[in-house]
Amino acid sequence: MLLETTGVTVRFGPRAGRTGRTGRGPAPSAALDAVDLTVAEHEIVCVLGPSGSGKSTLLRVIAGLQRPDAGTVRLAGRDQAGVPAHRRGLGLMFQDHQLFPHRDVGANIAFGPRVRGETRAVTAARVAELLELVGLPGAARRPVASLSGGEQQRVALARALAPRPRLLMLDEPLGQLDRGLRERLVVELRQLFRTLGTTVLAVTHDQGEAFALADRVVVMDRGRIAQSGSPVAVWERPASAFVARFLGFRNVVQAVVRDGAAETAWGRVPVPDGSPPGPAQLLIRPAGVRVGETEHAVLRCVVTARTFRGDHVVLLLTPERGPRLEAICLLREAPREGATVPVGFRGEETVLLPPG
Amino acid sequence: MGTAPGTPPAGPRPARGFPAPGRRPPGHGAGRRRARPAGSALLALPAVFFAVFFGYPVVAITARGLGEGRALEVLTAPGTRQVLWFTLWQAAASTALTLVLALPAAYALARFAFPGRNLLRALITVPFVMPTVVVGSAFLALLGRGGLLEQLWGVRLDTSVWAILLAHVFFNFSVVVRTVGGLWAQLDPGQEEAARMLGAGPFAAWRRVTLPALAPALAAAALMVFLFTFTSFGVIQVLGGPRFATLEVEIYRQTAQLLDLPAAAVLTLVQFGAVAAVLALHAWTVRRRETALRLVDPERTARRPRGAGQWALLGGVLLTVAVLLVLPLGVLVERSLSGPDGYGLAHYRALFASDGTFLVAPWEAVHNSLRYGAVATLIALVVGGAAAAALTTDAGRLVRGFDALLMLPLGTSAVTVGFGFLITLDAPPLDLRSSWILVPLAQALVGVPFVIRIMLPVLRAVDDRLRQAAAVLGASPARVWREIDLPLARRALLPAAGFAFAVSLGEFGATVFLARPDAPTLPVAVARLLGRAGESAYGQAMALSTVLMAVCLLTLLALERIRPLRAGGF
Repeated sequence: MLLETTGVTVRFGPRAGRTGRTGRGPAPSAALDAVDLTVAEHEIVCVLGPSGSGKSTLLRVIAGLQRPDAGTVRLAGRDQAGVPAHRRGLGLMFQDHQLFPHRDVGANIAFGPRVRGETRAVTAARVAELLELVGLPGAARRPVASLSGGEQQRVALARALAPRPRLLMLDEPLGQLDRGLRERLVVELRQLFRTLGTTVLAVTHDQGEAFALADRVVVMDRGRIAQSGSPVAVWERPASAFVARFLGFRNVVQAVVRDGAAETAWGRVPVPDGSPPGPAQLLIRPAGVRVGETEHAVLRCVVTARTFRGDHVVLLLTPERGPRLEAICLLREAPREGATVPVGFRGEETVLLPPG
Repeated sequence: MGTAPGTPPAGPRPARGFPAPGRRPPGHGAGRRRARPAGSALLALPAVFFAVFFGYPVVAITARGLGEGRALEVLTAPGTRQVLWFTLWQAAASTALTLVLALPAAYALARFAFPGRNLLRALITVPFVMPTVVVGSAFLALLGRGGLLEQLWGVRLDTSVWAILLAHVFFNFSVVVRTVGGLWAQLDPGQEEAARMLGAGPFAAWRRVTLPALAPALAAAALMVFLFTFTSFGVIQVLGGPRFATLEVEIYRQTAQLLDLPAAAVLTLVQFGAVAAVLALHAWTVRRRETALRLVDPERTARRPRGAGQWALLGGVLLTVAVLLVLPLGVLVERSLSGPDGYGLAHYRALFASDGTFLVAPWEAVHNSLRYGAVATLIALVVGGAAAAALTTDAGRLVRGFDALLMLPLGTSAVTVGFGFLITLDAPPLDLRSSWILVPLAQALVGVPFVIRIMLPVLRAVDDRLRQAAAVLGASPARVWREIDLPLARRALLPAAGFAFAVSLGEFGATVFLARPDAPTLPVAVARLLGRAGESAYGQAMALSTVLMAVCLLTLLALERIRPLRAGGF
């Protein structure tokens, strides 16, 4: 393993690490709670979580910018305790890039090779090569203040890649860019990293970005790893109600599984064969909510809102009982707002989650 | 797919270019954990410097004086109470008067664009670095017997406290203009406009939006002015006559004239206590100043005055500056040129001649002053720079206390420091009594606080993540300092050097004790010439003062050209 963290823990508060909190009030919560994470050579791993889940802190600990209260960080098998940031041989792209305002584009990119003692000629060649790579050839003399957001992002990437880091870490790499640019760049980034064989650890709160970029996704919840797996696996089988909700699924309810079906506030919902009986939480993907179904309808719903997404429509339904539901249907089949529709469920689009 | 509720991008997008202070993006709390050992190492240099060249001499001379146990007697003497009372109220009155007269100028220089703005800004800084004795004489020539005011209207003010107050305004005008105006120029006018749109009148908008934002700078400026006027020496010496004496004047009288060291020591301690209290207050306001403000590029906030009201305000400011600051300096130049045979350069020519009273030609003082000033500036930059760097990396309570401690020389009797140097630095390993370095050392003591005050805000404004970015790219802590902090602080380095140089040139109270007879500085030579009888000596004093003024003006003008001193707080 190139990177391996074991039990990395960081607590909030300036003195929490030493004595914990004395007196009243809640015990200090952890920014990172015993995080075990591995990244293999040439792997692209994306840590995904809402803001405050500790993902940026994790990057800072690995980079050596913050000392963990407990746990170890190993790079290629070597414990990094006591190794300062500038000797770890890592790359970190900051959320807002942090380009050096007093240097031009070329000097920003040259910084890493230069402080590592590369010769002038090698550095200059590397700068030209990287500018070419990120699609900004000839921009070396431009002042960084003249760059657009997307250009800043490219320069920051080139600067992070310039010293050939063993592991490149990206903190919300595309967070500041508008959606269109983000979707284009994320594809470019993945192709670039594939070509270069770069090992990447990125953190983001945007699941679209994470799934497009990563070989493996690690979902974090309040300092803990909630799930780890390939994008498809995580998307198909969220490990908990938190992960399901974080991925954007609305239809999660309490359920009791009995006789091959789940009893929920919406009525009986079929579940996959072999589901263990007992209390659970049930996720019904929007595609599993069948609108206009007459044969197996169990519920009547009023269409509260319609959101257009290209060739399909996302419907927000208010059922006669239970919480609101989200459904997907084709554009030409979409009922109008305010209509009352019968709704049924499809068993293969449901996922049983551990009870909450 | 991938269309889940999107979280908006975290935090506002930082402005391009130099990050403004107090605007760290949210969610970045880890800065608190960056106490680096380098901080303590850097602090060692200024700590040792101040211990040896400030603490030791001052403590030694006070201890010697207190040895006789007359503290209570001196403290309860009616004369002491009178001096203390006068020192307090004249400082308060001077501060209030300075604020009233300088605030319009701070506003005009911050918000109006007009030709000659940089010249005006440099001009108002000149008085601050003028030797006090010269200013006293200039005001005497303006307000005293046979002065301009008497010639015109038959009014004399030299026997009243007004002469002192006006001279104090003359000195401290720039403190208020730079400290308050520097912040004012960076306040976003949009904030006031927002208040106007919500229904506030122009004055109400100013009072409710701008004034609260300015309050910390106002408090800091007021405290600085209070500190300077509380320890005023040269001005009172010349203009106070027998009626008015501050603690500093009384200390000088007890030390140099009555040779009553114990009384001087007690008074030194009283002054010390008062100054320490003021500085504690200052440290508190500085901390409060760290509240986040919306700061913008000062170049964008200034525009041409509009309407009769704004032009009248600008006119009033220019008139105030003309009467209060330019006129005394003008009288000085006029006197330097006026000889027995009408106007001419006779006094300047006389400066090159050596006569009985001087071991060297007075002109030599220019050379001495420049040399001492350069060395003092270098010392102040190294010591002050190290202190500022240490104060940036480490923000513990101990360090913050040290921040205030470094300001103490500004409020300590220069007479005590100079005299303390003489009695303590005369034995091995530090036998410097006959060395020329004593003078720049004493001058650097006054320069260091200015270097720190100017460098600290700039260094603190450097986003810590820039340093982290450099570290991750492979730069060692020392390399980070050299590659990131130093280039970004370089713009503050020049103004800091300029101020240190200027106050070194003007330093008088300690230098007068320390300068060798054959190597006087400009202020010392001026004082010597003023002490001699005769029209010619007076004219030469004025001529030499004019030279000193010109040197200061050129220094500051050069700095304004290189980089306008925008946020220059003290």
